[in-house]
Order: sequence, then structure tokens, then C-alpha cells
Amino acid sequence: MSGHDNGAPFEQPASFAFTPENMEKAKAYIAKYPAGRQASAVISLLYLAQEQHEGWVPRAAMDRIAEILEMPPIKVYEVASFYTMFNLRPVGRYFLQVCTTTPCWLRGSDEVVAACKKKLGIGIGETTADKKFTLFEVECLGACVNAPVIQINNGDFYEDLDGPSTEKLIDALARGEKPPEGSVTGRQGSAPEGGPTTLTSPDLPGIK
Amino acid sequence: MLADKDRIFTNLYGTGDFRLAGARARGDWDGTKDLILKGRDWIVNEVKASGLRGRGGAGFPTGLKWSFMPKTSDRPRYLVVNADESEPGTCKDRDILRNDPHKLVEGCLLAGVGMGATACYIYIRGEFANEAIRLQVAIDEAYEAGLIGKNACGSGYDYEIYLHRGAGAYICGEEMALLESLEGRKGQPRLKPPFPAGVGLYGCPTTVNNVESIAVAPTILRRGASWFAGIGRPKNEGTKVFCISGHVNKPCNVEEAMGIPLKELIETHCGGVRGGWDNLLAIIPGGASVPVLPKEICDTVLMDFDALREVKSGLGTAAVIVMDKSTDIIKAIARLSQFYKHESCGQCTPCREGTGWLWRVMERMVKGQATVAEIDMLLEVTYEIEGHTICALGDAAAWPVQGLIRHFRPEMERRIAQYRASARLAAE
Repeated sequence: MSGHDNGAPFEQPASFAFTPENMEKAKAYIAKYPAGRQASAVISLLYLAQEQHEGWVPRAAMDRIAEILEMPPIKVYEVASFYTMFNLRPVGRYFLQVCTTTPCWLRGSDEVVAACKKKLGIGIGETTADKKFTLFEVECLGACVNAPVIQINNGDFYEDLDGPSTEKLIDALARGEKPPEGSVTGRQGSAPEGGPTTLTSPDLPGIK
Repeated sequence: MLADKDRIFTNLYGTGDFRLAGARARGDWDGTKDLILKGRDWIVNEVKASGLRGRGGAGFPTGLKWSFMPKTSDRPRYLVVNADESEPGTCKDRDILRNDPHKLVEGCLLAGVGMGATACYIYIRGEFANEAIRLQVAIDEAYEAGLIGKNACGSGYDYEIYLHRGAGAYICGEEMALLESLEGRKGQPRLKPPFPAGVGLYGCPTTVNNVESIAVAPTILRRGASWFAGIGRPKNEGTKVFCISGHVNKPCNVEEAMGIPLKELIETHCGGVRGGWDNLLAIIPGGASVPVLPKEICDTVLMDFDALREVKSGLGTAAVIVMDKSTDIIKAIARLSQFYKHESCGQCTPCREGTGWLWRVMERMVKGQATVAEIDMLLEVTYEIEGHTICALGDAAAWPVQGLIRHFRPEMERRIAQYRASARLAAE
């Protein structure tokens, strides 16, 4: 496992405070766990900090989380660096994560990566000069029958991509638009292209 | 082919409403109170009789697992649902979470009653952020309707369900790593024993089940064990959501009967292999960790636990990764070695060092920059990793390489000869 800690030097902010609204959310997360087990909320609080702080978690936020959860700071650093979804350094506004594990690779993730590199003029692990895009390769995102897949920021999947549709997606993001997530070819979820082979009986209740 | 009336996940593709009203129209939450009142033993016996085996990969009998929970305990007892779906090729739980979340929520309650649990945590992989939002909507609706919480469904049973997000770590799909992660630590597996039924979450009795195993339970209890057991083959009963990815004309998820022939699964639901069945090279039938099968075996093999074990592979998560003859099979498996190297938690030396070593050697095998003797050494090292680690990630890293060598050794040797010939040519 690795945190995404390679690239140019950057500055850590001197302090971090949750907004009052996020502090309320943090309390609600902590309340999910039995008394004395508040450390269970560490991932949730790291997400909150990352959302509040332009997509990355500064050291000061980890220290604040350690205080709130009464954990040694090192335990928070350990968690933040173990799980790949926490960025411990600044990323672009759109954090493109291209899945390149075998099921996506078989369906052409090489072309998706090439389209990203060509369009953005950056390599893997790099951020564009305007700080709009960061590009990463990631491991299986769990949408394999809709491969290849890109995840943007935290959990928005764009599926059934190829080179040209990836370029179109990046163009739209660059214009400040956010295309609807899911299949870019308009497939219904994980159903086969052109319509399902099952669940077609007219008398099935609760299905349009 | 399985009839639509025997399909459990009727909203698999999300054409219907995922919320409570839609779920009720599909038959969920119907008579749940009566099922609860039939009692703990009835629930466990019914699930045992249905033949349901765990859908997360290992295939352990679900009812039997539930029966391991202590009959009485003054400590809290937990059901933990493993929604950390990350096995390459697998995306079935995602459809349940986003399109049929009430089946899971109702299953959490009924399974909880069956094992005498007081609360449930659902651990969902971090990348499924949108799926988590939908599941939380379903949980909130169930609370508001009095279906869970205090006096769940008016049955007198108190039961809480909480959603917990992970943050990107394949290893957290391993049950002991999942519990560590849920407690707020790095996801590094704990040694077994003690098993979670004795010492699990927060040191309390715990059972960890896959999403699909839990989500099918309400339908089994409503329609009866014999209905479920009547589908598939003995010891491999029921329906199963298959995920078919890779070189088929129409990749998809589909719920089918266990034991469906692999060829029929692909030809009926996926529009066949790209370029026709004869263009098939190999298939990984159960997610990245199970050994690859060459076409000759795929021609006739059935898709269930025992049939796939007989051919030295496994049903795993029923994630079928199809590769046609254009595939560089060595590269396909080398990419999986890279995956395991990336996902090793680093705790056990054979896995931490071994996965990186496997990957580096596999990358040389892709180019053919190796000797034939190194193929044997590679195989030998997989046996040194397998079975020598705390959790099964070491095994999972070893098996794909073993499968490759078992069935595609001539291709590896050809690649080596080719590399040597071109190197000789360059030297002349």
C-alpha cells in the first residue's frame, strides 16, 4: 500500500479546523460506534478533512483528528498513509484515477491512459500547471463489466470508455461541466449492451 | 436458463426504484415480523437446509457459520457485512448496494436475528461513495418505517444497522483486516484463532458475511429452503450473480442458476466470445485470485464451487474474466501480480517480499527475458508463499501464476526462445 507521496515539494498549512457544519457531521460519525471506540471514525473524519481541504489531507488536519478521537497522531498518520483514497499532498481539482487492472486492461485501459496523457500533457502522478487535473493509475474499482473505468475525485465512476470518449470527458470537465456519471455509452447499469437477456417478463412487479 | 420468477435480484439493473416503495413492490419487507418471530433456530436451520454457501469467495456454508455464534452472551454481538468488493473482475455487490439495497438491509436484520446479533456494521469500499449514499437512504428509510431500530418490525427485537466506509484497500475484504479497519487501524489481518465468532469486532462475538450471502437470505426464508435448494446441483445450490468481463461481445452482470455451463453463460447473456467461441484463449472463472482455465476446460466446465475445484480453479466471487486469442496471457497474469504487490499489506514477509518478486519475474516473463529454469523457480516460489501467511492474500497472489504455468508453460517457453533469438540476431 502506498500514499500518493511523490512529486514536487508543497507547503503544509500551519493549522486546520473543521467548519462548524463538518464538526457536527464528525460527531454524528463518532456516535455510530460504542463509547470508547471513537477511533473507528478515523476514516470518516479523514474524508471530511479531505473534502474540506481541496481534496487532500494536510498534516495539521491529521493532528486535529487525533485530538478529537483521542488517538496518538502516529495512528492517524498510519491510517491516512495506508489507504489509497487519502491524498497527503495537493491534487488537481479533477483527480482522474484510471483503472488499469486486468479486466479494464483487456477492454482497452491503455487507450484511456494514453488519451489522458495526450489531452492533459502530463504523466502518471502529475498535475497540470493550472492545477485543474491530476492523473493516476489505480487498481480495480469494482465496475469490471463496464470496463474501462475512470474514477474522478471521490467515487464518481465513468464507464465503458475508450480513447475518444475519454478525451470528450476531459474536454467537458475543462469547460467546467460535469457529465452525468455512469456509462458513457448510455448502457443501463450492468445490463448487456442493447438490453437485458433476463428480467424481461412483463409480470415482474416493481420493475419499469 | 433460470426463469425470471426464480430470480432474487429483480432490480439488478436499476430499472426500478431502489427506495422502500419500490422494494416493497418487489416483495421485500413482506411478513418480516413473522419470519423474526419464527425464531433464531428456525432461521439458521432454514438457511442451512437451503444449501447457501458464502458468496464472497470461500463458499463456506452460511447457516453453519451463523450457528457458530454463542447462544448467550452478556457482550454485544455483531454482524459485519463485507461490502468491500475489490476482487478484480467482481462488481455484483455494487448492483445490490445501489439497486436493491433494501434486500441487504432486510437481510441484515434477519441474519442478525438468526445469529443473535445486537447490531450490524456494513463495511463498504470507499470508492463506492455513490452506492454508500443509496444504501444510507435505504437504512434511513428502514429506521423511519420502524423496520429496524428499537422493536424492529414490531417484533420486539432491537437491532441497529450502521454504514461504515473504507478508503481504498483490497486487503480489507479479508475478514480480519476488515475488523481491524473498522476499529480505526491499518487493515492488517489478525491471526486466527481466535475466530471472530469468539473474538471479533471490539473483542465481541462477530460474524462476517458477504453482501450477496446476506441479501439472498430474506427471499430464501420467504420462499423456503427447498425452493433455493432445488436450483443447481447438490452442495452447490441456489442462484448466483455472475459478472462477465473482458473479451465478450456484451459484458454484463446476470443472475443465473449455480452450475450453469460456462459456455452457456457466455453465449446466452454476453453475446458470445468476441470473434466466436473458437476465438477463446482462456478464462479466469472466479475473480483474479483463482487459476486461469484454457479453452478445452471452458468448453464443458460448470460454474459452481465443486465443478471448478475439480479442474483446479474455483468459483471465487463468480467473476468471469474472458480472454480471446488476441490476449497476451502472460501480460494479463503479470498485471494481476502487480495488483497483489500493490495490495499486500506488508505484514507477513513471504507475501510482502514474495508478491514484489513474483511481479518482477513475471514482467521479465512477459518479455521472455528469462531462462526456462526460471519458470520452475517461479513456480517453486509460489509454493513458498502459499500457505505461509496470516491471510489468503499470499495464496491469491500465488494461484494465478500457478494457473499460468500449469496451462500456458509452452507459451512462456516460446516467449523465452523468441527473446533469445532476437537478442542473438542483435548481437550478430
